[in-house]
Amino acid sequence: MGAQLRVYRSRIKSAQTTKKITRAMELISASRIQKAQQRVAASAPYSRAITRAVSAVATYSNVDHPLTSEREKLDTAAVVIFTSDRGLAGAFSSSILKEAEQLAELLRSEGKNVVFYLVGRKAVGYFSFRKRASVKAWTGGTDQPQFDTAKEIADAVVEAYNLDDQEGGVDEIHLVYNRFVSMVSQVPEVVRLLPLEIVEGEAPVEPSNEVYPLYEFEPDAATVLDALLPIYVESRIFNAMLQSAAAEHAARQKAMKSASDNADNLIRDFTRLANNARQSEITQQISEIVGGADALASAK
Amino acid sequence: MARPLNVSVVSADQQIWAGEASMVVAKTVEGEIGILAGHEPMLAILAAGEVRVNATSGERLVARADDGFLSVENDTVTIVARDAELIK
Repeated sequence: MGAQLRVYRSRIKSAQTTKKITRAMELISASRIQKAQQRVAASAPYSRAITRAVSAVATYSNVDHPLTSEREKLDTAAVVIFTSDRGLAGAFSSSILKEAEQLAELLRSEGKNVVFYLVGRKAVGYFSFRKRASVKAWTGGTDQPQFDTAKEIADAVVEAYNLDDQEGGVDEIHLVYNRFVSMVSQVPEVVRLLPLEIVEGEAPVEPSNEVYPLYEFEPDAATVLDALLPIYVESRIFNAMLQSAAAEHAARQKAMKSASDNADNLIRDFTRLANNARQSEITQQISEIVGGADALASAK
Repeated sequence: MARPLNVSVVSADQQIWAGEASMVVAKTVEGEIGILAGHEPMLAILAAGEVRVNATSGERLVARADDGFLSVENDTVTIVARDAELIK
């Protein structure tokens, strides 16, 4: 076998091996999207109930809660970035990081300090590579978020929000995550979590001209709001994590599908080249044989 | 019992139970409360304890709903808790 042919054959082999891997990852992601989507749907009644309740209290009571009121001076803003733990998901993590950078830029131009909370190993890697500081980071389980993690994140940001500026408190909290729109589209989403703007977790938000009934609060509106708001924050963060997980699987499936397609193209091109090389080798051998036989015959 | 109550029990990651019931008994931070159809709209914080639902099918459900809340409006009762679960 000629040297050229051997090179082509080995490249075909390697493309085939890669394709097997990407194909398997594509199938795994495809099956996990379903599950992730179901989890988003299953958590919807919870966030809906909480959103309704919070809206009702906020509408019908004049309670001033620290979590809802805008502060006079906004010095520090916290940005929570939701990326994935693993790569091979196309632009999933990088588009989120880019979005977060833009948001940070904007906040800085408004004269605010920006601190970061990171979710997912990719964000942590991005920050540590650039030797930049983050307040807190959570890694592991971004493809199957647990409510406990959401609670931890919520506790951490609400605690920071309640602290004074001098003690490292923050005045604003933003979430940056990928929203799952469809199998082929995941949109980076920036949401200001605190101070609260109450929005429904699901898109699109229908204009709510519904009148909330006059509730009776037990024990009283302030206590109810006190108890509800942290739960609301948790549910928003959990929702962001679930959306991000679904989006991650969809992005990975898309990336792996195009990788498999590329491998197919490579295999086809190299097979053609290999065939060419083999054919010209045979042609050369034949002409050598014929030439040799001619030479023997004329030597007699 | 003319009208039934629409009851749903919801936890963070799923809806645990939904259906019609004749009465819901819950323990709020102020004490036990029984809710029948036609109850005024209410939002209450639940205390540690059980929520009992008498379903119209004759079933009697008991759910654990710590750190949750209860909302009543228009004969719709929603019991929401982070880790609600049915005991039976």
